[in-house]
Amino acid sequence: MSQQAISNRHGEQDLIGRLKEAQAKFGHVSEEVMAELARSLDIPINDVYGVASFYSFLSTQPLGRNIIRICQSLPCYLKYGQTIMESVAQEIGIIPGETTADGKFSFQLTNCIGLCDRAPAMMINYDSHVDLTPKKIAQILGTYK
Amino acid sequence: MTFAEIQSRAKAEWAALEHGDKPRILIGSATCGRAAGAKAVLEATNAALAQHNLEANITEVGCIGPCYAEPLMDIIKPGRPRICYSQVTPEIVPWLIEDYIINDNPHSDLALGTIGDGSLDGIPRLFDLPMLKPQVRIALRNCGTIDPEEINQYIARDGYRGLVRALSMTPEEVIEEIKKSGLRGRGGAGFPTGMKWEFCRKSPGTVKYIICNADEGDPGAFMDRSLLEGDPHAVLEGMLISAYAIGATEGYIYIRAEYPLAIDRLKIALRQMTEYELLGDNILGSGLNFHLKIKEGAGAFVCGEETALMASIEGKRGMPRSRPPFPAQSGLWGKPTNINNVETWANVSAIMLRGTAWYASYGSDKNKGTKTFALAGKINRTGLIEVPLGISLKEIVYDIGDGIPDGKRFKAVQTGGPSGGCLPASQLERPVDYESLTEAGSIMGSGGMVVIDEDTCIVDVARYFLAFTQSESCGKCVPCRLGTKQMLNILENICQGKGKVEDIDLLLKVSQQIKAGSLCALGGTAPNPVLTTIRYFQDEYEAHIKEKRCPALVCPELISYYILADKCQGCGICLRACPTEAITGGKRMVHVIDQSKCNKCSTCLNVCPDRFGAVVKVSGEEIKVPKKPVPITVSKPDTYTQR
Ligand SMILES: Cc1cc2nc3c(=O)[nH]c(=O)nc-3n(C[C@H](O)[C@H](O)[C@H](O)COP(=O)(O)O)c2cc1C
Ligand code: FES
Repeated sequence: MSQQAISNRHGEQDLIGRLKEAQAKFGHVSEEVMAELARSLDIPINDVYGVASFYSFLSTQPLGRNIIRICQSLPCYLKYGQTIMESVAQEIGIIPGETTADGKFSFQLTNCIGLCDRAPAMMINYDSHVDLTPKKIAQILGTYK
Repeated sequence: MTFAEIQSRAKAEWAALEHGDKPRILIGSATCGRAAGAKAVLEATNAALAQHNLEANITEVGCIGPCYAEPLMDIIKPGRPRICYSQVTPEIVPWLIEDYIINDNPHSDLALGTIGDGSLDGIPRLFDLPMLKPQVRIALRNCGTIDPEEINQYIARDGYRGLVRALSMTPEEVIEEIKKSGLRGRGGAGFPTGMKWEFCRKSPGTVKYIICNADEGDPGAFMDRSLLEGDPHAVLEGMLISAYAIGATEGYIYIRAEYPLAIDRLKIALRQMTEYELLGDNILGSGLNFHLKIKEGAGAFVCGEETALMASIEGKRGMPRSRPPFPAQSGLWGKPTNINNVETWANVSAIMLRGTAWYASYGSDKNKGTKTFALAGKINRTGLIEVPLGISLKEIVYDIGDGIPDGKRFKAVQTGGPSGGCLPASQLERPVDYESLTEAGSIMGSGGMVVIDEDTCIVDVARYFLAFTQSESCGKCVPCRLGTKQMLNILENICQGKGKVEDIDLLLKVSQQIKAGSLCALGGTAPNPVLTTIRYFQDEYEAHIKEKRCPALVCPELISYYILADKCQGCGICLRACPTEAITGGKRMVHVIDQSKCNKCSTCLNVCPDRFGAVVKVSGEEIKVPKKPVPITVSKPDTYTQR
């Protein structure tokens, strides 16, 4: 990465923070946003893209209004997390990595979210849902607009 | 206001709360409690109190540990011991309020135990129960007892007195104290904390940083989340002490974005510290200047590694770099930096308050103090525990965790996350300390403990961890990026019945190369789950490879389902439930599974009524069943051709 981006704390640029803001505002980090950030921070656009594509909470592709993140780590798997993924897939008709046509949900798999004491678990946006069973899925998803 | 004044006011407030004439109600409202329904319990409590025109002091507290029993609610009536109730629902709340608060019937049937002074007939003391008896609360000393959003409650329980004591000493004396306590880093590697501080203090430079590593990403770990949600000031006080000892003026808390509640509570804590002049310039009039910022992660496991974490704070891709230079020489923005784990900091504040002799009285020879662990997987009591180092694995799994659910057999305990390994029953007597777990092929790690039972395939578990490290590898160095991929391919082949006899040796060889050649510990420790499972469960690997058999009946390609002709009642339940229409049959006909259509989903086994028990799952063997549906009356298993 270029020297400018590593600027010291006095000129701290917080590229990740800026990208997150854009993500929160527009749902993803578009090419235009990256170009604009590159210009305003005076760094090459490939540095901006390099950062945006590195972190799983940043997306360079448009996402749905609600992001479902189902935990795929071992403790959840041991408590039949697989069946939860299948129920969600069935309920909204897409597989992990996809977004519903109406833009309501994006479906992703994530690593442990620290809720293993009540596995299986998932996050929808920043809400935690635990002790999941296939039966609970429709009801939980129904609460999102 | 001086600190002494702040403290005496906080203590007076606390005493008024503890000895007041209103009942107190504590509701466990960490993420675990909330997810289990603590908010609904809170609302039901307010409603029940209003209905009876009662007044009570309600406090939302952090997690006291037994997450399996959440939601937890404690009631303290004036002059009575504190009673902890488990699995409280909004329906139970009105009974507790009416029967106990109004009518003085403590409902021993719903109580988990009493906490603190005093006892009540019919209710055990919580810390006498097998699950809590071996535990010692140092890092978690306030979790579940104080309101994490109230700095006064922390101060009332002697919070920030450790800092005051540190400020009365020289920085060198503080470092000496931490060295003497024997504290070792709780983030995984167990490096002596005092020594690390000393390196950083002695590094030339006027600008120095300290960082709290709250990126907790190991699968199965949630200790740091619970600690930050339950008692953020214990961690922050530790950071202040270190800032003074090292001579740092700026600090960062790097916390994963997946922990929104912990982030909220940290923000509140920082605000309250600023109000009390515990943060900023000239802290408590001592001349210490210290500024602290929260940096949220953006979803990358490797950012827990210290050099990757610092790159991420700098706004870059979170990729580790080679050391030396160590962070103590050249860290964040190229300045000397000291980085410690959340739990390490919480121990620091306790040590400065109560002294090294007290701290070193817990634990074993080279492993002083306590360690928190998160119990998860196939164990009855999941939750957060804190135990003196040197305790045996067996005590943790059986006494504290109450063993394996559903009468199943223990198979292994996985410690250290993707850097650790699986230890079998023969290792259960092993003391839990840094050296002993390393000797067994695993590591202490940050504190995740995942228990695995006989229904879990050990090769599948190894495959699982390799899939994790392979996907989380940042890709910078070749041994980690490609080596983990190779290992994953081999393990996938073994699980699919395509393993070759030489694969075990190949795994061992690639493991050595990855260990030797990787840039950071992500790659350096990635082979551990494979190495330990080969070391302790080689027969299970061989069953997959040589007999094409999965002894735990897990690997889909190696298992088959059959409907037993002498048990099938022709009820049609499995036929209707089968998602791939692999089952044929008819009324009073023995049903048959077409193996070529079966997707091994286990639905037929799950729906077949227990009283019939007609569906079996097998691996490495064939069961004689009819080829086509036949009437039930003539069914005699041995007259049919083998499939
Ligand atoms: C891949 C990887 C992930 C890590 N994740 C964490 C983490 O989530 N939390 C943590 O405290 N340390 C983590 N560490 C260890 C840190 O690099 C570092 O050793 C630790 O923060 C030092 O603090 P301590 O001395 O207090 O343990 C990780 C290390 C590696 C290699
Ligand atoms: S393993 Fe799923 S939340 Fe931790």
